Formats: sequence, C-alpha cells, structure tokens
Amino acid sequence: MTAHDHHDVLGTLMRDSLDHCVKCTICETFCPVSNVTPLFPGPKYVGPQAERFRVPADESPDDSLDYCSGCGICTQVCPQGVHIAEINTQARAKLRERTGFKLRDRIIARPDLTGRLGTPAAGLANRTLRSRPLRLVAERVLGIDHRAAVPSFAGRTFQAWAKGRTSPPAQRRVAYFHGCGANWYEPDSGQRTVELLEWLGCQVDVPRGQSCCGLPLQSNGMFGAARKYVRRMARALAPAARQGIDLVGTSTSCTLMLKREAREILGMDEDPDLRVVSDNMYDICEYLVMLHERGELRTDFRPLPLTVTYHAPCQQQGHGVGKPALDLMALVPGLRVIENDATCCGIAGTYGLKREKFDIAMDVGKGLFAQIGDARPDLAVCDSETCRWHIEQATGVKTVHPVEVLHRAAGLS
Amino acid sequence: MSRHDVVVVGAGMAGLTAAVRLAEGGATVLVLAKGVGATHLSPATIDVLGYAPDRVDRPLEALAAFAERHPGHPYGVVGAAGVAAAVPWFAERFADGPLAPYAYTGTADENLLLPTAVGVLRPSAVVPETMAGGDLRDGGEVCVVGFRALKDFHPRLAADNLSRHPGVTARGIELDCVPEGRVDVNALGFARAFDDAAFRKDVVARVAGRLHAEERVAFPAVLGIADPHAVWSELQDRLGRPVFEIPTLPPSVPGMRVFATLRERLRRAGSRVVLNNVVTGAEHRGGTVTGVRARVGLRDVVHGADWVVLATGGFASGGVELDSRWAGREVALGLPVAGIPAPGEERFGPAYFGEHPMARAGVAVDADQRPVGADGARVFDNVLVAGATLAGAEPWREKSGEGISLATGHRAAGLILDAAGSAQRSAVAATEG
Repeated sequence: MTAHDHHDVLGTLMRDSLDHCVKCTICETFCPVSNVTPLFPGPKYVGPQAERFRVPADESPDDSLDYCSGCGICTQVCPQGVHIAEINTQARAKLRERTGFKLRDRIIARPDLTGRLGTPAAGLANRTLRSRPLRLVAERVLGIDHRAAVPSFAGRTFQAWAKGRTSPPAQRRVAYFHGCGANWYEPDSGQRTVELLEWLGCQVDVPRGQSCCGLPLQSNGMFGAARKYVRRMARALAPAARQGIDLVGTSTSCTLMLKREAREILGMDEDPDLRVVSDNMYDICEYLVMLHERGELRTDFRPLPLTVTYHAPCQQQGHGVGKPALDLMALVPGLRVIENDATCCGIAGTYGLKREKFDIAMDVGKGLFAQIGDARPDLAVCDSETCRWHIEQATGVKTVHPVEVLHRAAGLS
Repeated sequence: MSRHDVVVVGAGMAGLTAAVRLAEGGATVLVLAKGVGATHLSPATIDVLGYAPDRVDRPLEALAAFAERHPGHPYGVVGAAGVAAAVPWFAERFADGPLAPYAYTGTADENLLLPTAVGVLRPSAVVPETMAGGDLRDGGEVCVVGFRALKDFHPRLAADNLSRHPGVTARGIELDCVPEGRVDVNALGFARAFDDAAFRKDVVARVAGRLHAEERVAFPAVLGIADPHAVWSELQDRLGRPVFEIPTLPPSVPGMRVFATLRERLRRAGSRVVLNNVVTGAEHRGGTVTGVRARVGLRDVVHGADWVVLATGGFASGGVELDSRWAGREVALGLPVAGIPAPGEERFGPAYFGEHPMARAGVAVDADQRPVGADGARVFDNVLVAGATLAGAEPWREKSGEGISLATGHRAAGLILDAAGSAQRSAVAATEG
C-alpha cells in the first residue's frame, strides 16, 4: 500500500479529523502541560473545539494554544484518531503569522545557524553560554531562560570527522542521518553511532550537505523556512534512499519529522525527495530491533554491570513502535534497566528554553526527575538530545543516547 | 516483521484483561491500539448483570436462565463459570498492583445498589472499595458533597433524586474549594488535589461540622489518583463515618486506576501497549492468521502472531461500523457482522433507553470465541473475539458491559494458554516418544 491510501491524515482531511472528536477527555488526562498549568486549557479545547472557530480570514479565538508544547501525546492517546497535536501546530503557525515572530524564536529555531556561528569560536561561545550574567542579559533581551539547559559547541563537526574516513565495505549499507545535533553539538555521539553500526556489520554512508531538518522552525510556527530546511535535507538524503539504502537517524524527533511530520503538518507530501526519504527513514533503535527480529543483529555484547534509567521521549513515542531501546538494552548482559513511567520531560524541543515556559517545563518533568533521582542510576538513557540536556541539568545524572550504552557493550568504549 | 505469541487488538477492558492474563501466563504479547481505550470513560465498576429485564439481585444465579433466553449472547458463550472465574482474577490484579492496597470488593453473587451522578441507584456487583459504602439497598442517610468548580457533578441534583428512593434521605452541599492555581478543573485535576494532604485537610474542615449524626458522605469519584486507598481511608477516619465515591462523567478517575493497574501488570510481565497502530487487516493462510497489518503514521507494518485477540469495541468505539446501505463491517480484521436487522425489521426502538435491536449487532462467535460467518462456520481458527465487539448483548440496558468484557477477555486468554500448553505438551510427548 502506498501513502496515497493514507489520505485521511494528509491535507485538509487531517484537519477534518476534528469531526471525530467525541469530547471523551482522554487527551486531557494525558496532556503534560495542562496538568501543571492553567495557562494551557488542554488539547481538547485548544484543538478540535477552538479549531472550529478558526476561520482563514479571522484571528484565532484564543492565544492559549501558544502554551501547547507540541509533545504530540494527545494525538497518540486519542481513540478516535483526531490529529490534535498536528492541528494545533498548524493553528499556532497561523497565530504567529499574525502576531509576528520573536527574535528569540528565530534564533532558537535555527540550531544549524547557531552551530555554524558558535563552532569556530567554541571556547568563547561556551563560556558565554555558561556565564550567569550573560545568560541573565540574554534572558532580559531575548527571553531565553537563564536556567535552561543549552548545549555546548564541540568546536569541531561530525561532518569533518566523517569526511576523513571510509566505512569498510559490508553487505548491509545504511546512510546515517546525523542532522544538526550530532554535527555541531555532539559529534562524539555521531562517531559512536557510526562505530556501532560498523561493529554490527553495516557499511555506513554519511550523505553530505546535511544540516537541520526544520523541526524547530516548524514547532515555532515558521513553516516557510521549515519547508526550505526540509527540502534541503531531503535533497541530501534522497540519493541514498533511491539506491535502496536504509536511512538511520539518532535524533528521534528529527527522524519523526522526516518520516511523518513534514508530510502531515507542513503539507509536503508532493515533494518526491521527501517521499522517498520518509519511506526509508528509521529511528536507530527501531532499525536495530527490526534487524534483531529478522535474526540479523549481532548480539555478542559484553557484560555491562550498570544501572540505567530509560525515558522514552514523547517524540519517540510518536513513531508508534513501542520502546525498542528497551528491547536492545535487554540484550546487554548485566545491565539493569529501570523503565521510567513518564510521558514527557518538559523541554519539548525549544519550548522549555523560553522564559515564560521554563517553569512549566520543569513542572512537567518533575515526576520523571524524581523517578531518576530515586533510582540513583549510573546513567540516564533517552533518545532525544534536547531531552537529555534538560534531564541532565535537572537531575545531575549523566544522560546518554541508547547508542552510547550499546557502544560500550560492544566493547568500543 | 515482529513476531509475538499473541497480538491483542484494543486496549480497553477486554483487551487489557486478555493481555495481562496471557502475559502473566508466559506468552509474549503485543497490544496494538489506535488510542487509549474506554477504561478512561467507564465508572470502573464490574457490572455483571443488572436488568434482565427486571432488576437482578443475584447476577450469577440469574446468568444461566438469562443466556438461555438470549441466544447468541456473550454470556451464553462464557457461562456463569466464566464470569465466576474472571471476577476474582480481576480483583487479584489489584492486590499487588501499582495502586495497592486500593482494592475491589464484592462478588458476582449479589448486586449492590450504588448511586450514579444523577442520583439513580444502579445495580453493580464488584466495585472499588471506595464506592462500596454507597450501597443503598437498605436505604440510609447520605450527604452528597460536590465542588462548584467540578463540572457535571451537581450534589443537590443527585441528592434530590436519591431521596426519591424509598428509605433514602439525601442532601447535597457544594464546596467552593478549587485546587491551587487552577481555573477549569476536571475530575483528574481534583483527584490530583486530593492526593495532596493540605487539600484534604481543607475539604475535611469545610465538611466536618456540617454533617448529621447518621449521614454517610458521598464525593464525586475524585479521591486520589496516586494513592486512592490512603485518601479514602483518611477521609473516613477524619469524618468518622463511611465515605464513598460516586462515578463522574469522563474523565473517570476510577477508570484511570484500572488502566494504570492493568498496564503496569502488563509491563511487569514483559509486554506493552503500543498506540497509534490502526489494525487494517489480517495476513492469513486459509483459516489461520499469521499476522495483523497495521497502519502506523504513514507506514504499513505487519506484526506476526500465532494468535490474535480482537477487542476493539463495538459501534461506540468504532470497532464495528455501519455504512449508509446498512451493511456492517468489523474494521480491524474485516470479520462478518451478525445481528444487523434486515430491511423492514425494527432497527431502533422509539425510547432512548428502550430496546434497540441494532445494539445487538457485532461479531458472532462459536463456543470457543472464534468468529463465525452467517453459516456458523469459523472464519479464523486462531482469532478470538472479546468484549463489546461481540454480538448479542445490549450492555447499556442489561448493565453487563464490564462483566462481558472482563469474562470474555479472561476466557479468551485462558483458551489460548490451554491450546498453547497442550501444543507444547504434545511436542514434548512427540520428542520423548
């Protein structure tokens, strides 16, 4: 079956899914934001109900949808198939078009640009980001909360590392979608991914020209710019996909963006590059579990006598593939994994960076932080980078991608 | 393609019951669902049989005759024994569940009469301990306490209606306390507030001096979501009298407690619920299903399975659909739908709460819960159907919904475990022989 059979989630029909809402309130019980603040009245009100009053020429009846973090949990739990989060993201973009985009949002929505600017002067840039007085100024001037976790510039790029090496030929070829996070902020994690995939018997291509997938722009309502980013990224990845090479990414929200959200929310279903990228895109844990199910995953991991907690971020849950990271970590002898029972850590990409939302993000994450604190783990594990930075800052527990655990268990670090 | 002993389709009462029993019995289980099921909308009492058509006092005793009068009813398939086995199993899931010592009480032998939010007495058999104090079979004095900020629960309305029942004297009082910092609060918001000692103290202070000597106290079912037993016990202690919950309109906090308990039991047994998987068909070889096809986002996947339990619900949940030409369709596996009135026959009765023949439409099954066609022949040998998808019941009128879901889900799991066990035994015998 092709995606053309999925018209109920694309184009105007996605918005029309609001007619399926029976006001059952299940989304309200799961919404992490409305459960901690009255500023957001919840997905049911702001989504299927308020959407009826949003007509193209008119102003939105209610600005509270700005407080939706876009975690997507409402869509996941809705028993009627209403695309609540997607409807809200589109409505928020229209709201922002009217109210204008803040300078702050223009900056934090372009992690590639900040990466490009910060990397050559990483030392200075990192000192700036760690300087309390300068952060207070940034909070005053820009509205980026001075307490929010921000990444460090690595001072080198993953692409530079990848350019200088060739992956040994192997029967299975995968193309690594590293995006902006691994390139400018966590090149080590990109390297570990390549090393792990090679250990697992894959030849790893790193398509050139990758930057940011456009998700932060989409979340901040800048759809025009987001589409440009998506097109550029899809152009970079499509040649590999057209050769039948599977695309594998470590940034779970970004793999979801290219797999599904750009087609659904940005309405880019007709872009041929995106279509082939979307059809062949896998989150890395999803991919490795798929190999394991086919009996094709190397599993001679060495014992790892550690206790770790695992939080499946909301965007990972948006893939609808369960919690493959848990299945993979279960293959590691001696590793004790404590599954966290939380829907969202609060950061939701760039949401928790914002001065007016930082406290909400901390309240949303409170339960998760307590679970991690109580477990006293050696490491916390989570698939999404912004969540890792947020969790690490809030709990003081070193927080890593599942790949890092497997990399250790493979004896590579 | 992933491979599982059992794929359960649907995450409501029937699906979760089947999944937990299977997983705890040693099967690898994957629960696929479009979204969260109707537990969140259910009062979470186990209504076995309330009306048949007169009010039933002893449901288990009444079951055999009831099933005989209603051929094709799910209770005819599971029998009284199926219900009698499922009820204690369900109660035991709570014993060392995540909310313990929160417990269920009562048996399928007799019905209690519990107030609804509009003050009607409703027969129900097995209920949360926090509701059992509302049994008004012998009448009594009740003070219904509500909150102005909690929509759709009106204590004076409930009390006025309750007072119309012989032997019942009721009055309502409404409190003005709002959980801190909240504006618009639903039942879950109040339940979270009740988990907080300061809020409880405030409520007790506002209620304590206003109670008559013989009155018991009813609250909307919002007495805690993290530790409901502690909240309820503390209120009883502090008010010095029985306290009980009355189910609210959705979201249902007691329903969420059921969901949390069963989901956690499932997780502990090594299985999980995966949402946003819309099952669209079966892969099969002849009468044997080898896997289910599901739509996940924009992608189609196949989940391999030796067995499938179908528990997607009926018309209300979208498990069964009717098109404009009055043709029925079971949406997940495309099973035949039985019981749709023929052209010219009565489909709906004139009274809203009256009999509606259409309500009995659903998937017909044989004695082993396998789906059957109009000719009575099995459609698939390894698919079992449970819950509201089944044909033959009018759960709203019978007050039998949870009883059917629990008993058929429980029995479906038992049939699969038995079959898998005997297959294993014959394999062992073959090797040894």
